[in-house]
Amino acid sequence: MQLPPALRSRLLGAPGAAKPLPVERDPAAGAPPFHFAARRVRFPRDHEFFEDGDVQRHLYLQDVLTQVSESPERPRVPEFTCQAAGCCQVFDSLENYEHHYHTLHRNVCSFCGRAFPSVHLLDVHILEWHDSLFQILSERQDMYQCLVEGCAERFRSGGDRKEHLVRRHLYPADFRFDRPKRSGGPATPGAAVQDSAEALGEGEEQSGGDAMEVCPERAAPRPEPVGQRRTSSHRIPSTICFGQGASRGFKSTKKRKEHQ
Amino acid sequence: MILGEAEIQQFLQLAQRGTDEKQRESALVSLRRGLQHPQTQQTFIWLEGSMRTLVGLLTSNRALLQLEAARCLHELSHSEQSAVAEACLPATSYLLTYLSGHSSDFIELCLYTLGNLIVESEAVRRRLLPQGIVPALAACIQSPHLTVLEALGYALSQLLQAKEAPEMIIPSVLGSTLPQHILQLLQPGPKLNPGVAVEFAWCLHYIICSQVNNALLISHGGLSTLGLLLLDVAGAVQRTEDAGLELLVCPVLRCLSNLLTEAAVEVMGGPNQLEDERVVAALYILLQFFVQKQPSLLPECLWLLNNLTANSPSFCTSLLSMDLIKPLLQLLPVSNVVSVLVLTVLCNVAEKGRAYCQHLWPGPLLPCLIGTLASSDTEVVGQSLELLHLLFFYRPEVSFGPGTPVLRPVVSPWPLSLSILSIATFLGLASLCGLQFRTCSLWLGRHSSK
Repeated sequence: MQLPPALRSRLLGAPGAAKPLPVERDPAAGAPPFHFAARRVRFPRDHEFFEDGDVQRHLYLQDVLTQVSESPERPRVPEFTCQAAGCCQVFDSLENYEHHYHTLHRNVCSFCGRAFPSVHLLDVHILEWHDSLFQILSERQDMYQCLVEGCAERFRSGGDRKEHLVRRHLYPADFRFDRPKRSGGPATPGAAVQDSAEALGEGEEQSGGDAMEVCPERAAPRPEPVGQRRTSSHRIPSTICFGQGASRGFKSTKKRKEHQ
Repeated sequence: MILGEAEIQQFLQLAQRGTDEKQRESALVSLRRGLQHPQTQQTFIWLEGSMRTLVGLLTSNRALLQLEAARCLHELSHSEQSAVAEACLPATSYLLTYLSGHSSDFIELCLYTLGNLIVESEAVRRRLLPQGIVPALAACIQSPHLTVLEALGYALSQLLQAKEAPEMIIPSVLGSTLPQHILQLLQPGPKLNPGVAVEFAWCLHYIICSQVNNALLISHGGLSTLGLLLLDVAGAVQRTEDAGLELLVCPVLRCLSNLLTEAAVEVMGGPNQLEDERVVAALYILLQFFVQKQPSLLPECLWLLNNLTANSPSFCTSLLSMDLIKPLLQLLPVSNVVSVLVLTVLCNVAEKGRAYCQHLWPGPLLPCLIGTLASSDTEVVGQSLELLHLLFFYRPEVSFGPGTPVLRPVVSPWPLSLSILSIATFLGLASLCGLQFRTCSLWLGRHSSK
């Protein structure tokens, strides 16, 4: 297919529409047996017109999914230790360290040391477990918010909230990030050892004491004094950089080589 | 390696209660390898307590065990058996919870797992919707990580492709902030990532072709974003960049073509119109590319060209002024489907009247039409006759009377004998189909005595 040379430069030129030639339709042009009428065509989903393109898409996805499931070879680095206070876990890859940091040290309650998977869950926890004003207000109005993002419902008690999570959102009844508080008032560090095992998602299947055990060498977990706990920092250590730009990106080169 | 019940149990126990961290991790790695086999997957899901244990490991505070447990789930999600996907249901609320975390590798894994589970089972989808998958994805789409975005696009595209999507899923997607973010990720420019853009272009296609509320997408500037994106892709193809951008073409063509049929676009000169003739230039560059690389996608390109030219005198004029009729004719031999579409586009031009037909001939058009009239495909022949009719209707000085040349000599040297030959060809072929014989004779009757 040969294209006029000016076309390529037109693509790079300024936006603009051609001044249309005058339109002079004669209705007799459409008289039977001729019935052409210019019209825009719409194809709904699953129309057979889409078959060929859909096959291409499917083949492309097969390729992508194969690449995802092949466990990538993480570059090994000389062993280093986690810099967070009280943690002496050792790593030989940055990706493993990144996940460890985000799981254990990122969204940490500075009152009781429990770690949460997201900022949202941490905020809810601090409000419900460590805020005495919350306790007072919750006696008068619905304060327990639904844990599901996008649901604005609030409830009178943790129990009501759990029932809502199970009935409305089909959550498991033993959802690990919605453990009830044992004591009536704000949680104290003393109770931390027993409770934290549950809050961090340890069930009866897990070995006890895992929750507070951040360093394998320690014989038994010891809660730190309240003062120290509250000031424990969970900023990212300056020496570590997670390199947000690092990405697998588009795997085009590998795929095209396979297809050619 | 296929694992038996005893081995699976052993690995799970080691992962749960092993004293050494490395030992626990490698037990899960071994389990994961076993789960690559469908047989092991079946054994696993029928083993009592196995999923409960795996979910326990997934939600533990041991980060590396969590990662490996997620990888095991990911293997299970590859199964084509919906029973296996349904066995993973206890994990879904956690997979969604982890989407609001920060660990990009882990989130990516959760997204691909969710995407795979979504495809395999309607029961999984029915669970994920009330669990809040749409708001979770809407929050996650703000991630700066390209791998996360690509995985998210994949998961969302699978969700939107579900058969119940138009009623159950697309309305809530359109009601969220996802459409704006998707269009943002499709903005052309240096920040455009092909892998990410491909996924979200497909997402848009599934939304648009379901025809739930396309006016909303148009109001967010969908037409202009997609039009500019098409220009970008054509530019890259023209520079023969091997960036994989051509994978974007198919969904973008579909989105544009379908959006153009919306009533919101019908208002001439309105803000939602697509009027830039560079879109036509881009389309031809893509046509040329696909003729060589992927002829099966030519019909989709021509579909857009039809939708651009059907109601637009401006675009029809562009085809003439940019000398684009001849390249179009070169596509006729490709296939019958392509021929019909090419002829339809030419009809779009011709039906606008004399000023347009004047530019359509003389030229290579007539010999091509004689060729298409010889086609064995009735649709091709029918469309050729429609075009010929329009051309003759709007060019009354052309006739077949004896002694009268077909075209004025100053315009073209077509001899009378050739026109008689073509009439004879018509009639010979028209006997293939009764309707066409009648059409031909009516056509001849109309045009012969002038």
